[in-house]
Amino acid sequence: MLSVIVAASSTPSQLLPAREQMAFTLGIHVVLVPFGVAFVAMALIANYRGLRHDDADALRLAERWSKVAAVLFAVGAVTGTVLSFEMGLLWPGLMRRYGQAYGIPFVIEALFFFLEAIFVAIYIYGWKRMRPWPHFVAGIPVVLSGIGGALAVVAANAWMNDPGGYTMRNGKIVAVDPVKVIFNGAFWHEGLHMLLAAYIVAGFLVGGVYAAAMLRGQRDRYHRLGFLIPFTIAAVLMPFQIAVGDSAARWVFNNEPTKFAAMELVQNTGRHVPETIGGYYENGTTHGPSIKLPDVASFLSGWSVNTKVKGLNAVPPADRPPVTIVHLAWDVMVGLGSAMLALAGWFAWVWWRRRDVSSSVWFLRVASLAGFASLVTMWAGWTVTEVGRQPYIVYGVLRTTDAVTRADGVWISLGVVIVIYALVAAATIRVLRSMARRWRAADAGIGDHDVPYGPARVLDDEPGAPEPAARR
Amino acid sequence: MSDVAGVVLFLGVTLYAVFGGADFGAGLWDLTAGGAARGRRPRALIDHAIGPVWEANHVWLIFCLVVLWTAFAGAFASIMETLYVPLTIAALGIVARGAGFAFGKVSETLSQQRLFGAAFAFSSLVTPFFLGAVAGGIASGRVPTNAGGDPIGSWVNPTSMLGGVLAVVVCAYLAAVFLVAEASRRDLPGLERYFRIRAVAAGVSAGVVALVGIWVLDSDAPRLYQRLTGISLPLVVVSAACGLGALVVLARGAARIGRPLAAAAVASVIGGWGVAQYPNLLGTHLTLAAGAAPDATLEVVVGVFLVALVTCVPSLVYLYALGERGQLDPSGL
Repeated sequence: MLSVIVAASSTPSQLLPAREQMAFTLGIHVVLVPFGVAFVAMALIANYRGLRHDDADALRLAERWSKVAAVLFAVGAVTGTVLSFEMGLLWPGLMRRYGQAYGIPFVIEALFFFLEAIFVAIYIYGWKRMRPWPHFVAGIPVVLSGIGGALAVVAANAWMNDPGGYTMRNGKIVAVDPVKVIFNGAFWHEGLHMLLAAYIVAGFLVGGVYAAAMLRGQRDRYHRLGFLIPFTIAAVLMPFQIAVGDSAARWVFNNEPTKFAAMELVQNTGRHVPETIGGYYENGTTHGPSIKLPDVASFLSGWSVNTKVKGLNAVPPADRPPVTIVHLAWDVMVGLGSAMLALAGWFAWVWWRRRDVSSSVWFLRVASLAGFASLVTMWAGWTVTEVGRQPYIVYGVLRTTDAVTRADGVWISLGVVIVIYALVAAATIRVLRSMARRWRAADAGIGDHDVPYGPARVLDDEPGAPEPAARR
Repeated sequence: MSDVAGVVLFLGVTLYAVFGGADFGAGLWDLTAGGAARGRRPRALIDHAIGPVWEANHVWLIFCLVVLWTAFAGAFASIMETLYVPLTIAALGIVARGAGFAFGKVSETLSQQRLFGAAFAFSSLVTPFFLGAVAGGIASGRVPTNAGGDPIGSWVNPTSMLGGVLAVVVCAYLAAVFLVAEASRRDLPGLERYFRIRAVAAGVSAGVVALVGIWVLDSDAPRLYQRLTGISLPLVVVSAACGLGALVVLARGAARIGRPLAAAAVASVIGGWGVAQYPNLLGTHLTLAAGAAPDATLEVVVGVFLVALVTCVPSLVYLYALGERGQLDPSGL
C-alpha cells in the first residue's frame, strides 16, 4: 500500500503521515473505548450483587473495577480529545466542507460524554462516603450515557459510509436534515456492532485477567466471580454480534460494492463467487496461499449461489481501496469472531457440565487469550470499514486526498505522537500492574485493607512542615 | 440563529476557561510546590480538589471544539490549518496532563509519583500557554477565511504571547482562589494561608499582565484594542473590579465569596473578547452569519446546549455538592 500511495503523483505529501497518525491514535483510543463504555456496567452488576446478596467478594470486585475504570477513563478522555483536534489538524478539508452535517452526531456525543464524565466521577469517588444504594444508582447514568455516546460517535462514522441529509449548492452545504444525518443507512448496524464489540472486548479482557489468575492457582470465589461476570456478558453477546456483523456485511454488499469486493477479493463481477480466505491482491489477480470456498460469498450476500457480486473491475483502479489490507483484515475479523463464538459455546458447555470453570485448564488457557483476540478483531473490523472506504473519506463524495491538511510537519507530529502514546501506554500497563500487585498484597493480609463503604483518610494541614516519611 | 450559536460557543469557552482553567492552575501550583516532602500537603489538597471534577470540566473543551466545527465549520478548519503548531502541542499537553494526573494518584512509589506528577504539572503550564496563544492568534485576526494562514507568525506574535502568559497567570489565580476556599471548607488554616498568599500574588501578576496587555494590543491588534476600550469597556471594567474585589475579599478572610468573584472576572474578560469580535468570527473578514452552518444544524447545537443546561448543569452541581459535603474521596484510589 505504501508504495502505491507514495507513487501516485497527485497525492498530497501529508496524506501518508496523516493517515498513519489517525490510524495510530484511533487504534490506541479504541482500546480504551470498551472500558469507558462497558466496564462500569460490569462493576455495577458486581455492585448490585454485592449489595443485594451481601456479597463481600462482589463488592470488592466492583470497587476495584471502578478504580481501574477511573484510570482508563482518564486516558480515554485525553486520547479522545486528541482525536477531536485531529479532525481539524489532519482533515480540515473534511470539516470545512461537511462539518455542518458531519458534526451533528459529535455535538450529541459531547452531551453524553459530559453526563458520563460527571457520573463516572461520582461513582468512582463515591465509594467510601456515599450511602450504598444512592452510590449504585449514580453509576446507572454512566452506563446509559456510555451507550448513547458510543452510538453518537459511530453515527458520525456511519455517515461517512452513507452520507446524506444535506443539500449542497456550489460546493457549500445550504440545508441539513439532522435526523437523516444521524440515522443514516449505516447507523444501526455499525452502532450496534461497535456497542456489542465494546462489551465483548471489555468482557473478554477483564475475564481473561481472572482466567490467568485461576491458572496461576488463585481459584477462590473472588477470582471465579471476577471471571464469570465479564466473561458471561461477552459470551452471551457473541451470537448477537455475529448476527449484527452478518447484516452489516450484507449492507456493505448492497451499498458499498467496492469495499465488499475488496473484502471478498472479487476481481470480476459475476455469480457463484467463492469465499476467498487468505491470499493477496496484485495486478487484478489473487496471489499467495488461499482457500476458496465455492459459491459461499455469493450465497452469504443474497442467500443464493446465483447472487451477482460486483467486482473491483467495476470501478477504475484509482477508485479502489488497498485491497489486500481490507481483505486480510476481513479474514482476521471473521476468523477470530467465529473462534470467539466457538469459545462462547465451549464456555456454555463447561458451565452446563460442571457449574464451574476453575478446573478446566484448557478452557482457561484459551479464555485468557480471548481478550487479546477480541481486541485484534475489533482493530480488524475498523480496518475493514475505514481502509475499505478508501480512496474516499466520505463515501462517493469526498476523496481523502482532498480532505487532508496542506500544512507541513505531519511527519513530526506523527513521531511525537508515537513517542508520547508509547510512554502513556507503558505507564498505563505499569500502573495497572502495580494496582493489581497492591490488591494481591492486601488480600494476602499485607498492607492496608480499605473497605468499600467506610471512613476515609483525612488530609493533613500545615504546608511546608517536614514530612517524616514519604507516602508508603 | 448564527448569533445564538456564537453566544453558545463563547459560553462554552468561558465555562472551559473558568473550570478547566482552575484545574490547569492547580497543576501550576503543583509544579511550584517544591520538593516531595515540602510540597506534599498542598499537592494532596490539589489532588482532592480536582480529582473528581477535572474530567467533567475538561468536557467543556470538547464541547467548544464540536460546536465550532459543526456550527462554524469553515472557521474551525482555518483555525486548525493555521494554528496547528500550538494546537498540536496543547493536545499532547492535555494527554500528558490527564494521564500524569490519573497515574500519579494510583502509583505507589515516590519516584513514580514524582515522574507522573512532573508530567501533570509541566503540561499544566504548557497547555494553557499554547491555548492562550491560539486565542491571541484568533483575536488579533491572524486566521484567514478559506485557507491556512502563517503557521508561525499566527502564534509567534505579541498578542499571542500576551494571550499565553495571561492564560497561565489567570489559571494560577483562579486555582489559588478556588484552593483557598477548598482549604477553608476542609478547615485547613495552614493551607488556606498558603494559597491565599499565592492567590494575591497571581492576582497582582494577572493585573500587571493585563496592564502591559493594553499597550501590546494597542500596537499589535489595533482593532481589538479599539473595541476592547470601546464597546467592550464595561465588561473589561467589570472584570478588573471583580478581580480586585476577589483579592480584597480574600485578604479579609472570606474565602468563599472570592470564588464567584474570580470566576466573574475571567468570564467578563472572555465576554469582552466576544463582544469585541462581534459580529466577526475571524478578523474582519468572516462574520458569524457568513461562517455559520444552515439553521437546522445551528438549532441542534443550541438545542443540545439547552439540554446540557438542564441535564449536565444540575448533575455538575450535584457532583460539586458531593465534593463539598466530603462524600467524594479520591484518597482511596
